[in-house]
Amino acid sequence: MLIAILTISAMAGIFGLILGYAAIRFKVEGNPIVDQIDSLLPQTQCGQCTYPGCRPYAEAIANGEAPINQCPPGGQSTVVLLADLLDVEVLELNAEHGDHNDVPLVAFIREDTCIGCTLCIQACPVDAILGSAKHMHTIIIDECTGCELCLPPCPVDCIDLIPIKQTIEDWKWSLPGETLASLESSSEQEGAITYGH
Amino acid sequence: MDIKLSRFNGGIHLDDHKSESLTRPVQVAPLPNQLIMPLKQHIGESNKPLVNVGDRVLRGQLIAGSSSPISAPVHASTSGIVRSIGPHLVAHASGQSADCIIIDVDGKDASIKVEPIEVSQMQAADILDHIRRLGVVGLGGASFPTSPKLSRGIDLGIHTLIINGAECEPYITCDDSLMQNQAYETVRGIGYLQRMLTPKKTLIGIEDNKPKAIEAMKLALQTESLPNTAVVSIPTLYPSGGEKQLIQILTGNEIPTGQLAFDIGIFCQNVGTCLAITQALELNQPLMSRYVTVSGDGVRLPGNWIVRLGTPIKYLIELAGGYVQNGLNQPNATQQHLVMGGPMMGFSLSSDNVPIVKSSNNILVMQQQLIAQQPGIHDECVRCGKCAEVCPAQLLPQQLYWHSRSKEYEKVEAYNLFDCIECGCCSAVCPSQIPLVQYYRASKSEIRATQRATFKSDRARIRFEFREKRLLLKKQQEEQKRRLKREALLKKSAAKKMDSSVADPIQAALDRIKAKKSEQVIVPKNITNLTADQQKQIDEADARRCSEHEQNT
Amino acid sequence: MTSVIVSSPYVSQSKSLRRLMINVIIGLIPGTLAYAWFFGPSIMINIAIAVLFALGFEAVILWLRKKSIKPHLNDYSAVVTGWLFALCLPSHSVWWLIVVGIGFAMIAGKHLYGGLGFNPFNPAMVGYVVLLISFPKEMTSWHLPIPMSGETYGLVDSLKFVLGIGDSTWDAFTAATPLDHVKTALRQDIPISEIFQAPLFGKLGGIGWEWISAGWLIGGLWLLINKTIRWHIPVALLGSLGSIAWVFYLIDAETATSPLFHWLSGGAMLGAFFIATDPVSAATTNNGRIYYGILIGLLVYLIRNWGGYPDGVAFAVLLANMCVPLIDYYTQPKVYGAK
Repeated sequence: MLIAILTISAMAGIFGLILGYAAIRFKVEGNPIVDQIDSLLPQTQCGQCTYPGCRPYAEAIANGEAPINQCPPGGQSTVVLLADLLDVEVLELNAEHGDHNDVPLVAFIREDTCIGCTLCIQACPVDAILGSAKHMHTIIIDECTGCELCLPPCPVDCIDLIPIKQTIEDWKWSLPGETLASLESSSEQEGAITYGH
Repeated sequence: MDIKLSRFNGGIHLDDHKSESLTRPVQVAPLPNQLIMPLKQHIGESNKPLVNVGDRVLRGQLIAGSSSPISAPVHASTSGIVRSIGPHLVAHASGQSADCIIIDVDGKDASIKVEPIEVSQMQAADILDHIRRLGVVGLGGASFPTSPKLSRGIDLGIHTLIINGAECEPYITCDDSLMQNQAYETVRGIGYLQRMLTPKKTLIGIEDNKPKAIEAMKLALQTESLPNTAVVSIPTLYPSGGEKQLIQILTGNEIPTGQLAFDIGIFCQNVGTCLAITQALELNQPLMSRYVTVSGDGVRLPGNWIVRLGTPIKYLIELAGGYVQNGLNQPNATQQHLVMGGPMMGFSLSSDNVPIVKSSNNILVMQQQLIAQQPGIHDECVRCGKCAEVCPAQLLPQQLYWHSRSKEYEKVEAYNLFDCIECGCCSAVCPSQIPLVQYYRASKSEIRATQRATFKSDRARIRFEFREKRLLLKKQQEEQKRRLKREALLKKSAAKKMDSSVADPIQAALDRIKAKKSEQVIVPKNITNLTADQQKQIDEADARRCSEHEQNT
Repeated sequence: MTSVIVSSPYVSQSKSLRRLMINVIIGLIPGTLAYAWFFGPSIMINIAIAVLFALGFEAVILWLRKKSIKPHLNDYSAVVTGWLFALCLPSHSVWWLIVVGIGFAMIAGKHLYGGLGFNPFNPAMVGYVVLLISFPKEMTSWHLPIPMSGETYGLVDSLKFVLGIGDSTWDAFTAATPLDHVKTALRQDIPISEIFQAPLFGKLGGIGWEWISAGWLIGGLWLLINKTIRWHIPVALLGSLGSIAWVFYLIDAETATSPLFHWLSGGAMLGAFFIATDPVSAATTNNGRIYYGILIGLLVYLIRNWGGYPDGVAFAVLLANMCVPLIDYYTQPKVYGAK
C-alpha cells in the first residue's frame, strides 16, 4: 500500500517536472491560432463582423467571443475553413452581417462629383485612396478590398462599387463537369458562346 | 559532331497527319479586308495603343508598345486606316475578348521608310535592343519576348544552343515548310544567336518524319558554315518538341524543377524565331507575318500560308477552300470544331472571327464527331496507370486526377502538378476517356487564383496593420505633444511659485476671495428707509414666494 | 449544338475500358475450357449464374444509386467480376452459394465503396472470402477431376446438381484439392515423395489442375502481349512465390513442395494474371506493383504452408489491397527535374 502510494506520487512528481520543463522549453511565443485564423480571413478589413478589422475578429474567435460565421466577404467557404481549423461545427453564414458577394468588387470615385473632402481617405482601412483636401480623390484599384467603408462618410455619394471585370489573364479553367453547367448558364445570358458562328 | 541521343520517359506515337497540309507548296496569303491586331501578343506586360481611331497606318508602323522590358511591341502588318480600338474576340481558350486595334486595309500595302542597317557592325546590346523594338517573340507557342530571354542567356552563359524544329504535334507543318522554304535565312538567324550567346555547340533538333526539312537545313548549314553546329534527326515521338523533352533527347539533361533551361547553360529557340531574327536584323523588318498551317478533315484544301498577323482565321479558312460540308442541308461551319494549335495542346475556338497572332501556328478544323471526350461524362478511373506510363514528366496522372477532382489542392501540389506540361498524352491513352488535362488546368488555375487572392489579402493585411500603426503613432505623438505642453505650463507656474512664497496658489487665490467677501457685508440700499406699508408688502411677497416654492418642490 | 469549352487533347488513341474488359474475358477462355474439360460443364453453369447475377445486382444498385445503368453495364466489369468469382468456387457449387457470394461481391465489395474505380478490395475476392468463411464445407467440396473419377456428367445433370434438384448427394464424389491433400498429409509427417504417389497428382501438380493453370498462363501471356496488363504484378507474384518455395524446397524436398507445384496449383496462375492485376484495387505505380506482387506471392506461400486454409490467393490479395495506399505513397517515381 505504502509502496503504491509512494510510486504514484513519485511518478506524479516526475511527470510534473517533465511537463513544467516542457512548458518552459517549448514555450510558444504569441498566439499562433490567432495568426492562423487571421490568415484565413479575407483581409478586407470591412468591419462587417462588428470588429474593427480582420485581426480583432480573429482574436475574438480565438478567445471564443465571436462565432465563426460573421464574415460576409469570406463567405461560406471561409466559414468551412475556419470550422476545419478550429474543429468546430460548420455554421451558416450569419445574414445579419451582410451577404456574400461572389464577384469581387472595387470602389470607384466619380471624379467630377468628388468635392475633395478627405472623409473617405480617413475611412479607408488599407490606405487605398489618394488625394488631399479640396482636390479630387482616386482609388488604387489594386489595393482596394471592396470593404465599402468609404461609402457612408461620402457627403456627395460619388463612390460606386463596381465588380472587377474578368480578363483573359485571370480567366480560370473549370473542371469538366462544371464547364457544362457554368457555360450553359452564361450562354443563356449572353447567347454568345457557341461553336462555329 | 557525335551526338548521343537520350530518351525521355513515356511519350506516344500518334498518327501525324502531316502529309495533308504538305501536298501544296507554301503560299503567301493575300491581304484580308480587315486586320485585327490584339494589343498584347506576348507573355509579359500589356501594351498601350500608340495610334488613334482614324489614323492611317503603314506596314511596319509601331501601333502598340510598352516601356516594360518584358514586352514586345506590335506593328501594323499592312497599310490602312484604324477603324476602332477596343475589345474583340481573340484566339484564347476562354472564348473571351481582349483589346485590339482594328485596321481597315487599303490594299496598297504601303510601307514606312525602312532604314537599311548593317548588322555586322552592331554590338550585342544594340542587336538586343533592335530585336526588342521589332517585336520578336518566341514563335514556338509561348510567345516569350526574345530580347529579354537572350539578354538573360548572355548574362548566365550558354554552353549549348538548341534550335527546336521538332514540331511533334500532329497536323502542324508550318515549321517544316518554313525550314524547307527559308532554310538559309533560318540558319543565318541561328548564326546571329551564336554570335550573341557564344555557345560551345549548337544542335538543331528535327523529328525524323521531316526528311526534306532535315535535308534543306543540312544544305543551308553547309553553305553558311556555322561552327560546331549540327542538324540532329530525332525519333518521332510525341512530345519531343516540348522544350524540356527536346533538351533531354539532345543533351540527356533534365531542367531541375523550378529552373529554366538557361539556368543549366542551355538556350532553346524555335526555328521560326530564328527566321524572325534574320528578318529583323537584315531587313530591319518587324515581326508582322508568320507561317501558319490550316489542316484537318474539316477544310477542303489544307496547306501552309505565310500570313500577315491580324488576319482573321475565317479568311484563312476561305483560302483553304472553306469548310467541308458533311451532311445535307447543313450549314457547314457550325458542324466543325475549330482548334487553334495542334490537337494535343491546342484549344477550341468559339468563333472563326479571331485573328492570327504571333503564337498562332496552326488552325485545325475537325469534324465535330472526332472529339474524343464529352465533357463531364466519362467512365471512372480504374487506376490502370497507362497515363503514368506515357507521362513525359513522370508524374502520376491518376493521383493528380483523383485529388484534382476532389479539389484537394495541397495534395495535387504535393504530386507535382506544376511539373505537368499539359502535353495531353495521359488523356489520349486513358481507357476511360477522362479529360485529364482539363482537370489539371482547372486545378492549376484554381491554385493560381488562390495565390493571387492570398497575395492580395496579405498586402491588405500589411497595409491595414501599417495604417493602424500609423494612427497609433499619430495618437501617441499628439499625446506626447499635449503632455509636453502641460509640463511646460507646470514648469511656468512652478517658476512663479518660486517667486511668491505662497504654498498653494489656488488655495491662496480662494483665500483671497473669501477674505474679500467676508470684509464686504452687502447691505441692499433700497430697503433702508421703508414705510410700514412697504414692509408689509415685502413680507407678503416673501410669504407668497415661499409657498409657491413649496408647492413646486 | 453543345456550347462547351473542351480541353485538348482532341485526339484519343486509347482502348476503351470495355475493350480492356473484353480482352480479360478472352484471356480467361483457355483456362475456362481446360477447367470444363477436367471438371465437367457445370463450371459453365456456375459462370453463367454468377455473370447473370453480377449484372443483375449491378443494375439494381445502379438504379438505387440513380446512376445511368446501360453505360455501366456496357463496360463489362461486372461480367469479369462474375466470371472470376465463379472460377474460384468449387466446380459443382449449388446456385444459392453463387448468388450469395456474387451479391456480397457486388454490393459490399464494389458499390458500397462507390462502384467501379472506388473499391479498395477486389470484389470477386471479397465475395469468395465471405463464402469461404461462412460456408467452409460447401466451399471445400470439390469433385474429382473427370480423368480420375471416370464419370462424365452432361449439361442436364450438372444443371440439376447446381440447382439442387434430383437425387445427387454432395459427398458421393467429392475430394480434397491437391493443395489441401498435401497440407493434410504434411501435418501427418508423410514425406512429399509418398504424398505424390496418390492418384490425385499428375506430373507437376494435381491432375487437371496443372492444365488449367497452363490455360491461365496462356491467357495471361496473351493479355501481356496485347498490353491489357503489365508484366510487373504477375512476374513479381510468381517470382516471389517461386523463390520462397524454391528456398524451402532446397532445404528439404521431403517437407516442401517444388516451385512448379506452387505455380500450377490452386489459384496461383489465375491470381497472378487475372486477380492481382485488377487495376482498381492494385498498386498503381510501376515499382509499387512489383512490391504488391511480391507481397502477394509471399503471403500465398505463408498461408498455404502455415495458414488455416489450403490456398491463400484470395486472402493474400485482400491483405495486399489493404497495403496499396501505403505502397503507392512510398513508390512514387522520380518526377522530371526533381533533385
